[in-house]
Amino acid sequence: MHRNRRTIAAACVLATGAALTLTGCGSGGSDEDAVGVSLIVKTTANPFFVAMQEGAEAAAEEAGVELTLAAGRQDGDEDTQIQAIENAVSRGDDGILITPNGPGVEDALIRARDAGLYVIALDTPPTDPESVDITFATDNFLAGQRIGEWTAAQLGGERAVIAMIDLFDDKIVSVDVERDQGFLDGMGIDLADPGQYGDEAATGRYSGGEYAIVGHEASEGAEAGGRTAAENLLSVNPDINVVYTINEPAAYGAYEAFDAAGATDDLVVVSVDGGCAGVDAVAEGAIDATSQQYPVRMAELGVEAIHALATTGEAPEASEGLDFFNTGVELVTDQPHDGIASITSTEAADVCWG
Amino acid sequence: MSQQTNAPAAEHDLAEEFLDRSTPLGAIRNLLHRHPAISPAIVLIAAVAVFGGLNERFLEPSNLSLVSQQVAVVGTLALAQTLIILTAGIDLSVGAVMVLSSMVIAQTTVQNGLPAPLGIGLGLAVGLGAGAVNGFLVTRLKLPPFIVTLGSLNVFLALTLLYSGGATVRGGDMPDLLTLTGETFSVGGVNITAGVVMMLVLYVALALVLHGTAWGRHVYASGDDSEAARLAGISVQRVLASIYLAAGAILAVAAWIQIGRSNAASPNVGVDLNLDSITAVVIGGTSLFGGRGTVWGTLLGALIVGVFRNGLSLAGVDVLWQTFAVGVLVIVAVSVDQWIRKGRK
Repeated sequence: MHRNRRTIAAACVLATGAALTLTGCGSGGSDEDAVGVSLIVKTTANPFFVAMQEGAEAAAEEAGVELTLAAGRQDGDEDTQIQAIENAVSRGDDGILITPNGPGVEDALIRARDAGLYVIALDTPPTDPESVDITFATDNFLAGQRIGEWTAAQLGGERAVIAMIDLFDDKIVSVDVERDQGFLDGMGIDLADPGQYGDEAATGRYSGGEYAIVGHEASEGAEAGGRTAAENLLSVNPDINVVYTINEPAAYGAYEAFDAAGATDDLVVVSVDGGCAGVDAVAEGAIDATSQQYPVRMAELGVEAIHALATTGEAPEASEGLDFFNTGVELVTDQPHDGIASITSTEAADVCWG
Repeated sequence: MSQQTNAPAAEHDLAEEFLDRSTPLGAIRNLLHRHPAISPAIVLIAAVAVFGGLNERFLEPSNLSLVSQQVAVVGTLALAQTLIILTAGIDLSVGAVMVLSSMVIAQTTVQNGLPAPLGIGLGLAVGLGAGAVNGFLVTRLKLPPFIVTLGSLNVFLALTLLYSGGATVRGGDMPDLLTLTGETFSVGGVNITAGVVMMLVLYVALALVLHGTAWGRHVYASGDDSEAARLAGISVQRVLASIYLAAGAILAVAAWIQIGRSNAASPNVGVDLNLDSITAVVIGGTSLFGGRGTVWGTLLGALIVGVFRNGLSLAGVDVLWQTFAVGVLVIVAVSVDQWIRKGRK
C-alpha cells in the first residue's frame, strides 16, 4: 500500500516536473508584435536538418523573430508535418519554412497560404509548385552535374563501370532523381527521360569513352544502406570503378564495402552534401569529390526573407533562369582538373555544416 | 471447480473493498476502478485549462476544431485498437492496414476508374480481409497477437508500396465522395469535418454494442479471463475472430477519413500510427491485460495526445519535447492503471 502510494506520488512528480520544464522550454509565443516563423524539417535525426535549425535560430535571434521548430519523426513522416503546418496557422505565424516529407503535406501548405502565411520550401522543392511561394534550395541537378563532369575528367577516357547508389526505391523524391540524372548528364550520358532514373541505356558512350551502368540501388541515405547497396552491386559486377552516391553517409558505407572487397584501387567515389564528416572523408581519400550545399544559408535566408516581407513587404525572387532561389553549390575535391572550378577539402572544412 | 476457487476470492475482494473505503485514497481508487474514464477526463480538462492559460489562441474555436481534425484518424484507429486490447491482445498492424486500404480506395477509383462507392467497398474488403488474416492466425494457429501483427505489419507495408509504387494520389483527381470526409460544416462558429463526425458515430455505435449486447459482454469476459469465459459457455475463439474482423472494418473507415484529412492518399502518411493508437488506448485507461476499459476512455486518450501536441506547439515548444511529454503521459497512465488494479487483487 505504501509502496503503491510512493509509485503514484513519483509518477505525479514526474508528470508535473515534465510539464513545467516543457513550458519553461517554450519561447513564450505570446509576443504579439514579433514576426513568427515555423521551421518544419524532415527529421532531426540528420545533421543536415540540425544545421538548418541552428542557422534559423541564429538568424531569428538576430532579427528578433519568434521561431518555432518542428520535425517529422522520421524521413517521410507526412502526418507530423501536416500537424505542424496547421499549428503554425493556428499560432498566427507570418510564414513557414519547410523541407516537405512528401506530396501528402502539400494540401496543408496550400491551406496555410490561403490563410495568409508566406511559405518557403527549403532544400526539397514540392511536386506541386502552387503549394509554396518560393523554394530556397541547392540546384540538385547542377550538384550532380558538377561531380559528373569531374568524374569524366578524372577517368581520362578510361572505361567507366558505374554503380548508382540512390536514396529510395519505394518512393519518388525529386532530390533523388535530380542528383542521379545530373551526375549522368555531367558524365555526358544520354538520360532518356530526365524525370526518371534507371531508364537510360545500360551501356554506351560517355564524354570520354565507354560506360556500363551496373545498377541503381537504394541506400536510404545512410551508411548501412550504402554498404548493402554497394555489396549487392559488387556481386553483380566486381569491376566497378565509379560509385555515385546520393549523400556522404551512403558514400562512406559504399567505400567500406569496396574496402572490404579489396576493390578500392583506381576507384572513384563521388557524392553530394558537403557535411563536415563528408569533407573529412574527402581529405582522407574515401570520397574523391563531393558537391557541397549550404543548409545553414537556406535557413538564414528563409528567416530573413519572411522577416523582410512582414516588415517591409518585400518578397524574395527566384534566381535567374531557375524556378527557385539557388542557395549555391561548390565542388569539393583535392584532385582538381583544369577547367572545372573546385575548392579544396581544407577550404570546404571552413564552411561545412554538421 | 471454478466456483469453488472463485468464491473465497470474491469474499476477500469484498472485504478489501470495504476496508479500502475507509481511507479517502481507497475511495478514490474504487471510484477510478468502477469508472476508468474518470482519470483521463480529469487530465484532459486540466490540460485544456493549462494550455488555454498559456496561449489565448488555444481556446479559439478554429484551434479546437483543428485539434478535433488532428485526432480524427488516430482516434478511429484507437477505436479498433481498443477492441483488440480489451481481449488482452495488441495490434501493431492498424496503421499499415489503414494505409493499404486508403491506397486501394484511391487507386481503384482514380487509376482504374471504378465508381467511388465501389472503390470504398474494395477498401472495406481490404480491411475485412486483413482482419480475417490476423484473426485466423490468432485463433486457429494460436499465435500471440503481438507476433502475428508484427509480421502482418511488414506484409501490409510491403503490399502498400508494391501496389502504389510509392506514389501519392492527389485529392484533386479523386471523385468528391472520397474526399467527403474532409468537408467542413459549421456548427455555431466551429468548423467540424465529416471525418470527425464519422469517428464520433463509430464511437457511439461501438459503445452501444459493447455495453448493450451479449457479444459486447462476451468481449469483456474473454479479455478478463478467457478460461472462465470458456467455462461459462462463450466461444472465445469466435469472439476473438469477430473482434479482428470488426477492427478491420473500422480501419477501412479510418482510411476514408485519412484521405479526406490530407486531401490525398499517400503511402507515407501512416508512420508510427500503430504506436499512436496504442498510446491513446493506454492513456484512456484501458488495461493492457484485457477486460477493463471503455471506448470513451480511448476517445479521451486520443484527445489528450492531440491537445498536448497542439497546445505545446502553440506555446512554441519543439516537437521533440512534445513526443517526450506524450511518453511521460503513457508511463503515468500505466502507473495509475497498476495502482488501481493492485487495490482490487
